Amino acid sequence: MIDTVEHAEQTPDHEQPYADLGLKEDEYQRIRDILGRRPTSSELAMYSVMWSEHCSYKSSKVHLRQFGEKKPETDALLVGIGENAGVVDIGDGWAVTFKVESHNHPSYVEPYQGAATGVGGIVRDILSMGARPLAVMDPLRFGPADAEDTRRVLPGVVAGVGGYGNCLGLPNIGGEVVFDESYAGNPLVNALCVGSMRHEDIHLASAKGVGNLVVLYGARTGGDGIGGVSVLASETFDDEGPAKRPSVQVGDPFMEKLLIEATLEVLQAGLVEGIQDLGGAGISCATSELASNGEGGMHVWLDRVLLRDPTLSPEEILMSESQERMCAIVRPEKIEAFMDYCRKWDVEAVVIGEVNDSGRLTIDWHGERIVDAPPRTVAHEGPVYERPYHRPEWQDALQADSPARLPRPTREQFETTLLELVASPNLASKSWVTDQYDRYVLGNTVLAQPEDSGMIRVDEETGRGVAIATDCNGRFAKLDPYTGAQLALAESYRNVCATGAVPLAVTNCLNFGSPEDPEVMWQFAEAVRGLADACLELGIPVTGGNVSFYNQTGDTAILPTPVVGVLGVIDDVDRRTPMAWGPDGELIYLLGDTRDEFAGSEWAHLRGHLGGLPPKVDLQRERILGEILVAASRDGMITAAHDISDGGFAQAIVEMALRSGVGARLWLPDGIDPFVQLFAESAGRAVVVIPRSEELRFTEMCAARGVPAHRVGVVDSALGPDVGEDTETQVLQFGEYFTVTLDRLREVHAATLPALFQ
Amino acid sequence: MFSRDGVPVARVIVDVMLKPEILDPQGRAVQGALGRLGLDGVQDVRQGKQFVIDIDGDLDADRRAMLERLAGELLSNPVIEDYRMRVLADGESL
Amino acid sequence: MTARIGIVTFPGSLDDADAARAVRIAGGEPIALWHGDDDLRGVDAVVLPGGFSYGDYLRCGAIARFAPVMTSVVERAHSGMPVLGICNGFQILCESHLLPGALTRNDHLHFICRDQRLRIENNSSDWTRNFDAHSEIVIPLKNGEGGYVADEATLDQLEGDGRVIARYLDVNPNGSRREIAGICNERGNVVGLMPHPEHAVEELTGPSTDGLGFFTSVLSSLLEGAAR
Repeated sequence: MIDTVEHAEQTPDHEQPYADLGLKEDEYQRIRDILGRRPTSSELAMYSVMWSEHCSYKSSKVHLRQFGEKKPETDALLVGIGENAGVVDIGDGWAVTFKVESHNHPSYVEPYQGAATGVGGIVRDILSMGARPLAVMDPLRFGPADAEDTRRVLPGVVAGVGGYGNCLGLPNIGGEVVFDESYAGNPLVNALCVGSMRHEDIHLASAKGVGNLVVLYGARTGGDGIGGVSVLASETFDDEGPAKRPSVQVGDPFMEKLLIEATLEVLQAGLVEGIQDLGGAGISCATSELASNGEGGMHVWLDRVLLRDPTLSPEEILMSESQERMCAIVRPEKIEAFMDYCRKWDVEAVVIGEVNDSGRLTIDWHGERIVDAPPRTVAHEGPVYERPYHRPEWQDALQADSPARLPRPTREQFETTLLELVASPNLASKSWVTDQYDRYVLGNTVLAQPEDSGMIRVDEETGRGVAIATDCNGRFAKLDPYTGAQLALAESYRNVCATGAVPLAVTNCLNFGSPEDPEVMWQFAEAVRGLADACLELGIPVTGGNVSFYNQTGDTAILPTPVVGVLGVIDDVDRRTPMAWGPDGELIYLLGDTRDEFAGSEWAHLRGHLGGLPPKVDLQRERILGEILVAASRDGMITAAHDISDGGFAQAIVEMALRSGVGARLWLPDGIDPFVQLFAESAGRAVVVIPRSEELRFTEMCAARGVPAHRVGVVDSALGPDVGEDTETQVLQFGEYFTVTLDRLREVHAATLPALFQ
Repeated sequence: MFSRDGVPVARVIVDVMLKPEILDPQGRAVQGALGRLGLDGVQDVRQGKQFVIDIDGDLDADRRAMLERLAGELLSNPVIEDYRMRVLADGESL
Repeated sequence: MTARIGIVTFPGSLDDADAARAVRIAGGEPIALWHGDDDLRGVDAVVLPGGFSYGDYLRCGAIARFAPVMTSVVERAHSGMPVLGICNGFQILCESHLLPGALTRNDHLHFICRDQRLRIENNSSDWTRNFDAHSEIVIPLKNGEGGYVADEATLDQLEGDGRVIARYLDVNPNGSRREIAGICNERGNVVGLMPHPEHAVEELTGPSTDGLGFFTSVLSSLLEGAAR
């Protein structure tokens, strides 16, 4: 027997398992007040999932408001926060949309499928904005590289990201792989997607037009991801007991590829009034969001949903998180044409509902009403918590524990220190991971990892393109969440500029521990405040993002990890600045100020130390440095550039040398401690390589803008001993301190990850 | 043969394995894993596929021949795979 | 008259647009062909592009080979029409028995994307005639099931007849027998190649422009054929 609206009206005192579904007593009471009766089990299921942290952002909303309140003035934002993904104008009538999302917990349970479905979900988000997906990126974080569980999780995650993304035909152009003890048991799998469209093709997730049809298309609905809702099975008064339901979502990238092609064609043909992808909370979410964004009303015949598993109850169908499904709003006169495109691509589609102006979302199951609720209350008027937060008692002690107390290497030990850093898991080559991703498909990838940003050509005629970088140093954020979040933005911003693109917009994936822990909540509040303030100062708005809470095992939360993604535009990708330096004689310059800043550094991390204050952040400096990098790129003044971050100046030089395969002679500026010069992680710095003919022009530009520019080296392929016909060993000569061959550096840089994971 | 809603249904099993001389890296990986999990003395592991095909009605000679042909053409690649087909008898389970 | 080169799109094909770009840059006219349609629209040659047709379900290329378009492709190939199968396309050519052998899972079990050095071993096929003998080129390779296998007799015959089109240099990225990266049929009009020449046609987006040679070669072939 189905729990209908009528039945609910007649049995007001029926006990419902709202607590098991994650609802508090006052929230349950509020639902009763909204409906004027007790909810049916279907309505209870809908509210419980839509009002969960994951869907309603109840703990984070009060803080995330700042992204809107502190939004910088900009013409570039075409669609802001609130839609599936933000949309930015990049000129010439082109717009791009991008967003990063998390799929952390599923990836711990089932690494391959968790990561795979994470990619699938973010791609559908971009698709539902009316954009053609262009590329993906994956910031990944794991426990210690040599931990047993990391060996279980990492290869599965990487295979899942690759397996799904490669099959979809989307190049993977960047991301990160970071190891830290705090992520053991809580790996972070964040997935980013960027897509493009012409301005006039932007679509919103709204159900407009009374009488328009609601079409569900894509994969059939099964029992994926409905774990918690099974408790309602006992509420259906059925004779059949609850069957075992799979709780891990399994992805089918082939189906998603067909979905992409079919969707792009129906969008192109103007057959769609509104569109939404089905992600968390599946049909509940899609219908309630579409309804509340549109005319305000929708009727759904739930029994028309095509099922993979005919034994699913209506509650389970509503909650199912089966992948590769989309929902479109289509005018009745266009439905046949819509269906034709679906048939062409072998994509199943069925009309499950109709738009109306009743102001209610009504759902029937074989003629019986099981849901009758105001959609806004489900989709947008979830609870808003003001979680208590306070600065941790240990924060002062942590900040006082400066790494200055750690013994520093003598000059004879500099070479060993460099090799140790270059070989450390966080700084070592990530090729073992990134070679499992297709970077070439679609033929528009101009830059991909290990370059500073992933750069995609959007317009083949004009060469207009976009560049994206994602960054976050969780250790900096633990030392000071406000500054740490700003440093994450600064690094991403700097990376985009280093490749010659102008930053335009920001997305973020805020990964934190439990919001019920006031100390974690303080970290979150501070990070959001820092990020919002920094975006305002740099003049680039947050267009959307994602919050992932509850990343903790017992009492130990992960490092606060606000991953920040910056998107920039470049007029002509031909002018991009790569990392590899060019011919002999080109000059190597260090831009910015280097200070004795080792708190949270990789060097300190390798000594088991985390303490002190993170590097100073100077957003005005970052802005000017960025302008210099972009101007120099545009005017052909520089051959190569690389931002300085983890591992400091020496690591940046090594990375550039390995990328080019050519050695260099370096000298360290006077008046600064060589250990600091080589390994400190001060922000606001970059290495640039310029032809001699541009030196004067370039240095004058830096001086005029007040940015220190020190000549620190020259590209030189003839430093090492001969090894054969016209071939010399390539070396890096670090002043009078040491000389190391590129072969040796390459050997240690490349060996670490394969040794651990192959 | 069994019955679903009164319609007789035949169940055909097609097992497909790589030919013995073809390298099977997946089988090799499984062999390594078994050893690491404590199972000694595993000589060899080969990984294959099983197709379970439920088909309406009587499996007469013609239809059986067609299935054989498809087993050798579609379900397996004769260059690198061998197949074995059997029809489950009444009441026999997998 | 610009040569018309057909590029087939199967459900799940990914590199069809890139193959079209390569044809265009080489000077040909790319013609889109649909898997479900046996009409080849009067093309002079066909490219079966890379991707995951039918998700690589069952076996790579196993389902695509039965598509209506393939009936026409096989027929015309037997009459001498040039056909190039790239990656998934190579897999489809083997499943269709237009080429001997098969492609199996990479021996190290991972998908690999790398800039691969190759040596062109046969420069008389329709798709390699513009290369100098023994040219060494660099083009991207990206696959999970790229290991070429065939029995010893077949391999010996391929070698003996000079039907190995290209061989991997420096690194064998997938365990292919005899480092074989590509082969052709007896006539030299059907070529299967695991790496992706269509991704090496622009300095901006590829490791080189070495891939263009495959596409300019077929245009040369067709021109010569037309002149006869």
